[in-house]
Amino acid sequence: MEESDVTSSVKALLIGGSAGSLQVLFNLLPSLHHDLPFAMIVVLHRRHSADSALSELLATKSVLPTHEVEDKDVIRPGHIYLAPADYHLLVEKDETFSLDYSEKVNFSRPSIDVTFESAAEVYGSSLAALLLSGANEDGTKGLMYVKKMGGITLVQDPETAQMPYMPHYAMLHAVIDQVLNIRQMSHYINNLR
Amino acid sequence: MIEDEEVEILLTDLVDIYGYDFTSYSRASLKRRIIRLVSIDKFPSFAEFRYKVRTDENYLKRFVEEITVNVTEMFRDPSFYKSLREDILPVLGTKPFIRVWHAGCSTGEEVFSMAILLKEAGLLRKSLLYATDLNPSVLDKVRKGIFPLQQMKHYSESYIESGGLKDFSEYYTANYGQAKFDRELSEKIIISTHNLVSDSSFNEFDLILCRNVLIYFDKDLQDRVLKLFDASLGTLGYLALGTKETLKFSVIQNKYKQLNREKIWKKVM
Repeated sequence: MEESDVTSSVKALLIGGSAGSLQVLFNLLPSLHHDLPFAMIVVLHRRHSADSALSELLATKSVLPTHEVEDKDVIRPGHIYLAPADYHLLVEKDETFSLDYSEKVNFSRPSIDVTFESAAEVYGSSLAALLLSGANEDGTKGLMYVKKMGGITLVQDPETAQMPYMPHYAMLHAVIDQVLNIRQMSHYINNLR
Repeated sequence: MIEDEEVEILLTDLVDIYGYDFTSYSRASLKRRIIRLVSIDKFPSFAEFRYKVRTDENYLKRFVEEITVNVTEMFRDPSFYKSLREDILPVLGTKPFIRVWHAGCSTGEEVFSMAILLKEAGLLRKSLLYATDLNPSVLDKVRKGIFPLQQMKHYSESYIESGGLKDFSEYYTANYGQAKFDRELSEKIIISTHNLVSDSSFNEFDLILCRNVLIYFDKDLQDRVLKLFDASLGTLGYLALGTKETLKFSVIQNKYKQLNREKIWKKVM
């Protein structure tokens, strides 16, 4: 193998979800291998009052170490990071997180678009992004930017989504590499390199 | 689209021409704010945007207002305020005089929340609240003590959740869609511009609140600002940060003890 082998490996997988996405994660997380070579960054729309209970709940579903992000946390492969309620989650060039309490985007904070766009700036083609169930347009612009920067774009098959609007809207407006049901998702993620 | 190099050029301009130093702000957020402003104000190119910032002092004012995040609310994170009421104010109450510093106070909603807590603890008369921000125009709003009436329902709920027992509307007068807070509260608030990047310590305090300001700074600047707070806190003083902010990357952390689940630390050394 000479210079043909230049495809960069994936350093981060983003997962964005809104209404109906929690159930997907509850099914997906237990099926993931414990030695994934990339970080998983999860952005969910949720009630402000939910506090940190959600990250504790997600942690029980996964063997991967799961954290609710604090400002300036370092992004490590094999870890799952959850965007905290009521902050936008951004990725810095040095692969640390920063948080932002600015205006809501798409009526949402955290906004999926904000995290997807910011991660795409940093990771470029070493990024995959998956958009799950939801009743909102958040995530589509983010997926378009991930694609533009050379990353991989994925959506949950709308036919399997409790709220098909969000992945469907993304399919109409962005170039999507794969449309996956939950079983396909876990296979895809476990084999993603 | 704006390139990273263009952001750096603009930041250098701001230091050279106006002495505003944003070079240690977290880049991801800062770049997003700049792109947002270029888009809202419909500049056809970065060059034209840069020219406007360089040459128009009025526009600079808008730039600073829009680049810094001024989203805030009263009794934000009610459990934090509950902890101030129950754990901190009884200790501060034993002092003859209480000095509180709200660093990066923005439009002042949290300063008025604090003044209400002090009043309800019977401590307002012997307290002074210093409210500072780098941005003069947000400080005008603190001075007026006027906030949108439509927010009051939400603020009232947070106030009650924080342990407030009164009718929240006793604290303001409603008029033309605005809520003007009592003079009794505002006359205890001392307002001044202060830039955490470039200005130094100016007093000794018993409690410093700086919530959701450090998130916009890089780690080096965070550390510098935390040292400034350390130099401005009396022994056994308290430092309060935002819910996702931390001392864990700072050299001062060994001198501080976190009290409980809330982001409140006591200076123990």
